[in-house]
Formats: sequence, C-alpha cells, structure tokens
Amino acid sequence: MKIHKYDTVIVGAGGAGMRAAIESTKRSRTAVLTKLYPTRSHTGAAQGGMAAALANVEEDNWEWHTFDTIKGGDYLVDQDAAEILAKEAIDSVLDLEKMGLPFNRTPNGTIDQRRFGGHSRNHGEAPVRRSCYAADRTGHMILQTLYQNCVKEGVEFFNEFYVLDQLITEVDGVQKSAGVVAYELATGEIHVFQAKAVIYASGGCGKFFKVTSNAHTLTGDGQAAVYRRGLPLEDMEFFQFHPTGIWRMGILLTEGARGEGGILRNKDGERFMEKYAPVMKDLASRDVVSRSIYTEIREGRGCGPEGDHVYLDLTHLPPEQLDAKLPDITEFARTYLGIEPYTDPIPIQPTAHYAMGGIPTNVEGEVLADNTTVVPGLYAAGEVACVSVHGANRLGTNSLLDINVFGRRAGIAAAEYSQKADFVDLPENPAQFVIDEVEQLRTSTGTERVATLRKELQETMDANVMVFRTEQTIKTAVEKIAELRARYKNVAIQDKGKRFNTDLLEAIELGNLLELAEVMAVSALARKESRGGHHREDYPNRDDVNFMRHTMAYREVGDDGTESVRLDYKPVVQTRYQPMERKY
Amino acid sequence: MATPVLDKVEAEAAESPYITVTFRIRRFNPEVSADAVWEDFHLEIDPKERVLDGLHKIKWDLDGTLTFRRSCAHGICGSDAMRINGKNRLACKTLIKDINPEKPITVEPIKGLTVLKDLVVDMEPFFQAYRDVMPFLITKDTNEPTRERLQSSEDRERFDDTTKCILCAACTSSCPVFWNDGQYFGPAAIVNAHRFIFDSRDEAAEQRLEILNDRDGVWRCRTTFNCTDACPRGIEVTKAIAEVKKALITRRY
Repeated sequence: MKIHKYDTVIVGAGGAGMRAAIESTKRSRTAVLTKLYPTRSHTGAAQGGMAAALANVEEDNWEWHTFDTIKGGDYLVDQDAAEILAKEAIDSVLDLEKMGLPFNRTPNGTIDQRRFGGHSRNHGEAPVRRSCYAADRTGHMILQTLYQNCVKEGVEFFNEFYVLDQLITEVDGVQKSAGVVAYELATGEIHVFQAKAVIYASGGCGKFFKVTSNAHTLTGDGQAAVYRRGLPLEDMEFFQFHPTGIWRMGILLTEGARGEGGILRNKDGERFMEKYAPVMKDLASRDVVSRSIYTEIREGRGCGPEGDHVYLDLTHLPPEQLDAKLPDITEFARTYLGIEPYTDPIPIQPTAHYAMGGIPTNVEGEVLADNTTVVPGLYAAGEVACVSVHGANRLGTNSLLDINVFGRRAGIAAAEYSQKADFVDLPENPAQFVIDEVEQLRTSTGTERVATLRKELQETMDANVMVFRTEQTIKTAVEKIAELRARYKNVAIQDKGKRFNTDLLEAIELGNLLELAEVMAVSALARKESRGGHHREDYPNRDDVNFMRHTMAYREVGDDGTESVRLDYKPVVQTRYQPMERKY
Repeated sequence: MATPVLDKVEAEAAESPYITVTFRIRRFNPEVSADAVWEDFHLEIDPKERVLDGLHKIKWDLDGTLTFRRSCAHGICGSDAMRINGKNRLACKTLIKDINPEKPITVEPIKGLTVLKDLVVDMEPFFQAYRDVMPFLITKDTNEPTRERLQSSEDRERFDDTTKCILCAACTSSCPVFWNDGQYFGPAAIVNAHRFIFDSRDEAAEQRLEILNDRDGVWRCRTTFNCTDACPRGIEVTKAIAEVKKALITRRY
C-alpha cells in the first residue's frame, strides 16, 4: 500500500474532472485519478452541442434559457442553480473557444448555433438556435480541448487508477472528507490519497440498462463510493432515455439530427410528433419524444417485422448538409447498420442515456450530507452530481454545459478550500475496506458469474424501469435486484492475478451498479406521480402537492447487517417561475 | 410522402444470424509465462456484431483472464485499437462479416509499444510524443478578447480533418519507421501538431515546426500510407504529414 498526499484530488477525467483540474491545478497541488486515460472518457461521445444564449444567429437571452431548463426539468429543477447555469453558459463557451475549441462558425466568423430539443425563444414560442457546436463532435472537441489545456497546465494524472472508497473522518462532531482509496490497474497495488479536498467527477451509471448510449465503463463508481459511506443520493429515479439510439445497439444519434431538420416517422411514414407536440414537434424535450415513440410502438405503428422501432428520416436533407453537420452519426448508420442515410431512414429506439440524479451538491459543488449540511472537503460535478439543474429531465446540450460550469465552480471552490484547510487525519487502516473487497473477490470460490448477473440486471431494468413504469413493474425490479444482490455475494472471478485484472474490476463495477439500481428502483417506487423522465402509468399526472420535492436516498444498515434504502425528501428551490402545465 | 422501407435489412435480421467463428488471440501474461502464445477460441456470433462483441463473449463466457481495453464501443474513445487480421483497427468499429469469418480471426496488440498483458500495451511513449508537440492553442494576446476570436469557415475548415483524432494510436503503431525507431514522433503526434499549425488562431506554428524539424521529426516519414489506411476516423494522415513537411520548407501555413 502506498500513501500519497495532495491538496486536491479529482476523481475522474472527463469534461467535469478536467475542467475542475484546470482551475484546481492553478491554485493547489492537484492529482487527477482516472480509471481511463483522460481522452477515453464518455464526454467524447456527446455530439450535438453546448447550450448558451450567445444570440450569435438570432435573438436569445439567458433568461429564456433558464426558463427552458426549468420547464424541461418539469419544475423539479432548483431555479437558483438553473439561473447560474444559463448565465455562466455564455462565458463557459467563450472560455472553451479561447482554449482553442474549434467550433463551427457563422459566415461572419462567430460561433455558429443550431436548434435543439426544448430550447425555445420567449418561453416556448418557437425553437431557438442556442446550441454551440462542432459538427456532431462537440463532446469530442470539448474533451480534446480540455485535455490539451490540462497538458498545458501540467495537470498531474494517475491513469487507470480506480477509486473504490471515500474516506471520511469525524472531527469535532463534523464528518469531513479525508481522502480516497484507489486501485492501480497495472499492478494491483492499493493507494491511499490523503487530500484536503476531493472532487467526484466520475460520470454516470447507465450500464445498469441493456440498451444504452453509455460506455461499458459508466458504472456509477463515484456515486456508490459516497453512498456506501452514508451520504445521500438525490433524485435517482430520474433517468433520461434519449429518443434516438440505434435500434437494439443503443448508440447515440444526436438530437442535432432533428435540429438540422430530421423527422421521426412511424411505419405509415407519418410524422407522429406533430400529434404529441404541435409547436416543437420533433424538438420537444427528450422525455416527451421517448414516450411518444413507445406510444407509437405499443399502438402497433412501430416499424419492422416486430414493430419495435421507428425511423429517423434524414433523406430529405441535402447530402452536403449531412456531410458537414452530421458526419459521425451518418457514419455510425453506415458502419453498424449498413444503411445509407442519404437515401434510407435509420431505425431507432429510445436508449438509456443520462442520470439526472446523483450526489447532491450546492451551487459551489459542495456535497451535502443531508438537506442542508455540507461535508467539508467533499465536492462533486458533472453527471455524478445532482445540483439540481436538470430536475426530472435534462435538456439536450445542457450536460456539456453543466460539466463546464459546475466543473469550473467545483475546481475553484475545492482549491480555495484546500488553500485554507488543514489535512484531516486518515481513519485507522484507511485501505481496509478496499483490501477486503479485492481479496474477497480474488479468492472467492463462489459459483455466480459477473456476466450472468449483469445481463439479468440489465434485462430487468430495461423491462421494468424504463420509459413507462408501474407499481407492479418497479416492484418486480426491486425484487429481482434484491435477488441479484444476494447472488452477487457468491460471485467469483477467473483472473486471480495482480496485473491488469479487468476481470476483478468488472466484478467491483457490477457491485456498484447493483447498489445504484436498487436506489433507483426504490426511489421510483415511492414517487407516485409522473414527472419528466419518471413516468408512472398508474399515476399519469404530475402531483405538485405531494411530490414537488427531491428524493434523498440513504443507505441504512440494520443491527443484523441487512441493508436497506431509506428515503427522505428535500424542497425544490423556486425563485421566479411557478409550475405550469408542460406543453411543447 | 412515401413510406420509408427497409426490406433488405429487416429480411436479413429475421433469419437465424449466428455463425461459428474462431478467434486466434495473442496471449501474454508475464505473471504466468515470459512467452506470448496464440490461443484459439470458438464462439457463436452474429456476423453483424463487432470484433469487440466477440472479445466480450470470450471474456464473459469462456475466459475471464483475457485482457483488453475498451470503453465507448462505437469508435469514439480510442481505447481498443488492435491488430486484427494483420491490420490496425478499432475492435468496436470492425464487424465480423467484414473480415472473412470463415478463417480464424487473428487479434494481436498494436506494434511498437511494449505489451503489458494480452492486448494491453504501454501507451505512455505514445502520449509523451503527443505532449512534446505542444498540443494546445498558443496565442500572444496580452488582452484576452471579451468575445470569441473570429474565424472564417474556410479557416476553420483548413484543419478540420486533423481535429478528428481520437489518440487511439492505430496510425503510429502501423508505421514501420515507428516500429524500428521508438524515438520517431509518429503520425499521431504530427497530426496533432498539424491541427494547431494550420489553425488561424494559433501563433506558435514556428515553434512546433522546429520541434518536428528534429531528426526524429517529420523527415523520418517514408510515405508508406500505413497510417492513412489504419486511421479509424478517416483522417488523411499522410497528407497531413506532407503538409507539415511543405510548411517546413516554405514556412507558409
């Protein structure tokens, strides 16, 4: 075991982690621990753009953007945070341009902008061009630009280090962050990082679904690490299903395709979104479009022999426009489906895409231990966190924005904290939990296999807690997850070695997914209403009287060692916008 | 509006798709043996699946010790460059049907970088070469502009091709010069230098050109086009290298 000491430790090197690192490294001795090489992070898979009311191509302002974000989130958004997001969006985009990001340009040389779902002029009048973009590679460009600037700033990375535990020490009755414990993939060595401040920026947990746009590595490691230490997770029942994933594979096809004029059609060729969203049509918010697609499929208007998908039709767009604006997604259709998007429509289905919920933070990125108390020295930003700027449903292009605005804020706040705070003593035997977990898995003689359990988990999640949910389906999921968690105790791996043992890490990742799936299902069961990405067929309406509040889930361990999820609730911050009926 | 149809694709999907293929994989684990060996695995797979899906079937159902890097699984993250049937490709972007599944499919680590275990290589020398070309925008502004810098669409287009690089190392590890001399910067580093040299906003082209004028710089390129063939992003790598060479001679960029 090795012990390291840094002022600030950042967990994860996607957009949020690297944006934080650029700020933090300037102000404090910073280490970035990342389970992937930085440029492998899933920020790079984001396509369509980053929202900011630059008004480069038409009238726009941050107040309209704030309203759209709150309405898009079905009023579960904390409105003070949404206002910060929309206001700071403008400098955030300009900062990236100054760092070198190659945005597409307008004829007069400014950053070009395009339409995206849920973004409107003047509170819903018509779609507005707010998404700043670089073809359909905006996430790739952001990830590369941030990494380039990390190289420039000399950011210190520990690549292929898996953070497996959060260390917390009680000082004068206050729970403070003391550091993290990491597992080095190359050697199997365990490292303790003592740090004054820790920032989680480790991304989402979409791999508990089968059809997902998420990378294999998005397994909720950060959420699980803090949850296991008694800290809450907020609004985990809210998960976004992106309307246009490649049929059966789930690979993302950007909403920018519809922003450029693409149309969704059912088996009769009908532009069905006109029925569901007369104003915004194909550019309604993602939860609305995903439900509309499944309604078409359920009512027998899906395409193909099994009627299990619909079409994204780009055939009326000029090939030059597809080549210039949507080169990657058209190539995905060619590579993975053998389809030529110039002439043929692309079969799509909704794909599990984004966790609106996560580790609760305030607008400075400080992690909350309950509804109000901050954990000194602990921060989170990006998809791992819940500020909450996305509420019950995130708008497209607001996640690339979120990682930049709140990654930067968390980086500054954590480094400023490190400058004035002292190190907190490490707990006794700080690495014990990780040593035990690793040894248990490495020496287990159990009979369950990781791949089997993961497949069963993904199948039950797809079947029971996807776009449409009922009490019955969620209960089925809760029971299945409990069964899988019991079987997980009997899991064994084949690779017993120390060197690059990805077999071992996949087992640990599965444990994280199972824990988070349980939190999600239990949170969903208790929310007896429909709001944004959480749609209950047995409670089809939004219920502001009983459920205009954030879910806060805590891990409880009984005297007999049994684990359960305890739910509490937190008020939503409302400033200037009263909840209204949500129409597109 | 005519109803869109997909008869051909869907007719294929309706048939039983599975075939039996052999994966012949170069295995190496110094914890077990100092020598690398070939190992065959036989599996049932839909030929429309990816080589990465095949590797996962092996790891998840047959042999958990098989070790490789992967993440996004659709050609964006650059984790899974490997030598498949003797050519550098991304495992997640290569479909079984496109590489003649009737014969054993050989899978080896990319060449020129130290193999650490099975298909995992040491990427550090590759990233060091990247860092050495100063891969970040350099400007001499003393006063930062309040708004974005202006750039015409033509100027933006000038370096578009090289912005696509995902740092997978497929190009660099396909280069015979790199195999024989690990000191050579390699195509990927030059591609990333090109991305800034030809960016109208950047003001450090001369410095980067001097770095690449080194004995281990662009002049080592023998124009074999392996890199262009290997690039999973379709970057015209050899052309980019040629443009850097030309810029070194003419000092125009």
